[in-house]
Amino acid sequence: MKQFDYVRPASVAEAVAAAAQPGAVYLAAGTNLLDLMKGDVTRPDRLVDITHLDGLDGIEHLADGSVRIGALVSNADLAHDADFARSFPAVAEALLSGASAQLRNAATVGGNLLQRTRCAYFYDTASRCNKREAGSGCDARGGENRTHAVLGWSESCIATHPSDFCVPLVALDAVVEIEGRGGRREIALEELHRLPGDAPQRESALEPGDLIVAVRLPKAAREFASHARYLKVRERTSYAFAMVSAAAALRIENGKIAEARLALGGVAAKPWRARAAEDVLKGVAPTADAFQEAAWRALTDAKPSGDNAFKIELARRIVVRALTLAAAGTPARLPALPASPFASTSGAIHA
Amino acid sequence: MPELNLTSAPAHLRHGSNIGQPLTRRDGVLKVTGQATYAADNHPPGMLFAVIAVAGIAHGRVTSLDVAAAKRHPGVVDVMTPDHKPQLAIDPEIKTNPFVFRMEVLQSNEVRYANQPIAVVIAETLEAATEGAVLLAPRYETLPALVGLDAGESFVPPVVGVGNPTENHRGDIEAGLASAQKQIDATYETPPQYHNAMEPHAIVAHWDGDNLQIDMPTQGLALSLARVAELFGIAHDKIHIRSPFLGGGFGSKGLMAGPPVLGVMAAKLVGKPVKLVLRREQMYGPVGHRAPTRQRLRLGADGEGRLTALDHHARTVSSTFDDFYEPAADVSHTLYAAPAIRTSHDAVRVNTGTPLFMRAPGEATGSIALESAIDEMAWACGMDPLAFRLKNYAEVEPVSGKPFSSKALRACYDQGAARFGWAKRPLQPRQMRDDAGLLVGWGMGTATFPALMFQAEARAAIRRDGSGVMEIGAHDMGQGAWTALAQIAADAVGLDIDRVAFKAGTSDLPDAGIAGGSAHTATAGAAIHSAGAAVIAKLADLATGDERSPLFGAGNTGVIAREGRLIRRDDESRGESYSEILARAGIAEVEARGTGAPNPATMEEYAMHAHGAVFAEVKVDPELGQVRVSRMVGAFAAGRIVNPRMVQSQLFGGMIWGLSFALHEEAVTDKRSGRIMNANLGEYHVPVNADVPPLDVITVEEHDPHVNALGIKGVGEIGITGSAGAVANAVWHATGVRVRKFPIRIEALLTQR
Repeated sequence: MKQFDYVRPASVAEAVAAAAQPGAVYLAAGTNLLDLMKGDVTRPDRLVDITHLDGLDGIEHLADGSVRIGALVSNADLAHDADFARSFPAVAEALLSGASAQLRNAATVGGNLLQRTRCAYFYDTASRCNKREAGSGCDARGGENRTHAVLGWSESCIATHPSDFCVPLVALDAVVEIEGRGGRREIALEELHRLPGDAPQRESALEPGDLIVAVRLPKAAREFASHARYLKVRERTSYAFAMVSAAAALRIENGKIAEARLALGGVAAKPWRARAAEDVLKGVAPTADAFQEAAWRALTDAKPSGDNAFKIELARRIVVRALTLAAAGTPARLPALPASPFASTSGAIHA
Repeated sequence: MPELNLTSAPAHLRHGSNIGQPLTRRDGVLKVTGQATYAADNHPPGMLFAVIAVAGIAHGRVTSLDVAAAKRHPGVVDVMTPDHKPQLAIDPEIKTNPFVFRMEVLQSNEVRYANQPIAVVIAETLEAATEGAVLLAPRYETLPALVGLDAGESFVPPVVGVGNPTENHRGDIEAGLASAQKQIDATYETPPQYHNAMEPHAIVAHWDGDNLQIDMPTQGLALSLARVAELFGIAHDKIHIRSPFLGGGFGSKGLMAGPPVLGVMAAKLVGKPVKLVLRREQMYGPVGHRAPTRQRLRLGADGEGRLTALDHHARTVSSTFDDFYEPAADVSHTLYAAPAIRTSHDAVRVNTGTPLFMRAPGEATGSIALESAIDEMAWACGMDPLAFRLKNYAEVEPVSGKPFSSKALRACYDQGAARFGWAKRPLQPRQMRDDAGLLVGWGMGTATFPALMFQAEARAAIRRDGSGVMEIGAHDMGQGAWTALAQIAADAVGLDIDRVAFKAGTSDLPDAGIAGGSAHTATAGAAIHSAGAAVIAKLADLATGDERSPLFGAGNTGVIAREGRLIRRDDESRGESYSEILARAGIAEVEARGTGAPNPATMEEYAMHAHGAVFAEVKVDPELGQVRVSRMVGAFAAGRIVNPRMVQSQLFGGMIWGLSFALHEEAVTDKRSGRIMNANLGEYHVPVNADVPPLDVITVEEHDPHVNALGIKGVGEIGITGSAGAVANAVWHATGVRVRKFPIRIEALLTQR
């Protein structure tokens, strides 16, 4: 692979300074980045290894009732933190439905947010890809695209964001804490990922040197704990990205939905918050009809970007099912096959 | 191969003879502790790393390579290109025998498929060689790529598979269809698939003057050696190939492909040992694959559910430059007793590497289509699929009229169905749900694979210390040959397995034939069996001809070998040990050779096949379309079972591959570029553990006096057949939706709620 400099900064400030240089990228677990480098998809000049920085691997319960997750907490450690899983069961379920046990042990919270698309044309350096090489074209359009985006895509790019973790996070109004050259700032996770428009190479709101140091879930996110699920349809039972997924969270009071949260995964270049669907659920009884209506609202703007019209109907059905599961109540234990349609199968062995 | 202390492993304790015992694999501890040396684990002093640069286009030619840029990169030693390479002794395009396939070894700048090797960068490190290959930045003159089953004008190939006739007729198909009460006319599609052995193709090549040392996984030591000898113009005895362990092969390591030849060329070019390992994506091109098929089946049945006609046509593809045709329709020759059977094939040429043998070539692709069509016909006749199969049970091989050498398929059906609980299956689809509301379906398929044999030789010896030696260049692909063949060897020389030095896996040993066609145990086993018999006969001659021996005068058929002793057949109290015989004769070692080969007379007289019945249960989410197999039962009759543990594992593996065929595997090719878009194990899906349900394998007792001396039929491939169809049929039974394009995708099941 291309030779690169390896930098191990002693502090966040040093890291930001080192990563602000052109051609520099952060290295955490590398579960995505190293593959991209070996495949010659990404050719950084400098890796800034942040895994030795102090203070980024804790789960803190803050005085205002929010929870702050350090960027270097592993996906597995977070999912298996009992307090966290009890408070945010859909997030834990999403984490455990992702990748494989080995990858979850390595992959970090910050890295998960910034993982790149799994579009085959992005990975295939012999194909044209506007994300990989701005302005080169998009061979996914008109290509093998049955898994591509149905929401928020453009003629320049039809790739999807592959994260499971981000889907319940965006539904629960997660906030991202960023250290940059101008100091610390924070943005809503919903604002972190960008839709492609005519500049799909710009995937996030981050500026050069920006380092995600933590993800915060607000106190209000806990109020959905008893009715929160993540559901993921994929082409094998484990170790596959979502064809379509959904996170549904309900706050039910007196038999009515006081507040609903809904987000979709695998449908767009960002985790897709379905606010129009949330709005129609507010104040109504959790019925099949209401969920059907929400599903239609969630996909109103969807359109196929290729051989993927089925994903729109699939997404509607997943929305209905996720809402139905959430309304039924969070199970006392996370299922052995987390987020799977087969989660309820008795005797299932852990994925 | 490192020494093993077999006596310290209590798992090898056994009772009675060696054949038939469920020994654990003798190399298991070496493998799980990382001590087994696979080809790429070898690092001779001074070794350099070679990395192949592959074509980014599927058709055209390379117009430029930036060799200077690659050579400037620190650590790069040399760049091998069509203009700068060692000359071969013969043109690699010449097919010197039917098992030689054309390869790309930089003989020209033509590109005939994506991922074809176009240059080799040799460097001091793997990283430098890899970057050197990137820096070559090839430029191309690109021509339109031929892709898919409709890529061009179809033609009828002269043969399919290995010399099978392209067409076969028995009876009058059209009359059979015309007389039928029920007809099925259905078209099924199977995708291109790639072997994806865990261990990538690798070679460490080391020239020492004219001598060539090779570490390379191969399923065919002798064939590989002969091919290297003719390509480099050197004598066979100058070449030594070591292949003690393979991390799977599945047919892709059977014949010498281009990449390992490039490794040998690179070592010659730089005058140092060279290691060349394919990257995963580079395995999607130059090392073979399973071709896609489109199969049309027309079936007729009378009012009683008896087939009147079975017409099976398969369209497949081959490369633009060589010929291998997946013999998919031939599976219809043997299973169902239709009075009229016709099988036929045609093909188109596409820009891929040449398709080749992949685990059950022809049988796997053909079986899923045939078993689906049989299931469709059973439903059309209103019959249970098992009852329909029994109604059409073939008492003789339908296409030839020959009797079977043995056929315990009826017992497979009975035992498999009983274990599965098949009798409770509702006839109608979409009738069963589990507690969670998931649709449940049951399906079945019949498994079949021919009992083949190739040619092999073995050398046996008895040493003065009473121990034995058995030498044969056999191949342990992970299937357990090194264990099973040693069991046969132990019985062949009348010794406990711990007292026999079993040597295999190198090219200086007698030719064991190819490890393919599910024929390795039968072929190598027969050679071992006869070598053992021959050496025991020599030993018996020494004893029975010597009046000082208690066996004197017993005659050479009057003794038997048991536990290191020869004893009189007519008086088992009289005998003596091997070491006593050799000590008295003053001989250090007595040796003999034996061969294994098919018997043409028996082949003429009998149809010889292994059989099985596979039953599968699937669950399908009624709204979301995701499928999961929840249990499978397979009952197989494959003659003598040498090692039940290894055989069970082989059949498990085959059944999982069948599941994979029905639900997962597909190489996705971009129709415009001809490039494979999922050439990695993340996106080319095979089942993960969570997809594999509890599997139940029954080996049905079957005694076959005809197939070979040991009665072995082979189990390497049959597990896929039947299994893929069983899963597909279970999906139909769960949902009522008949999917005829494989793998079965979620979108195919979303059509209905």
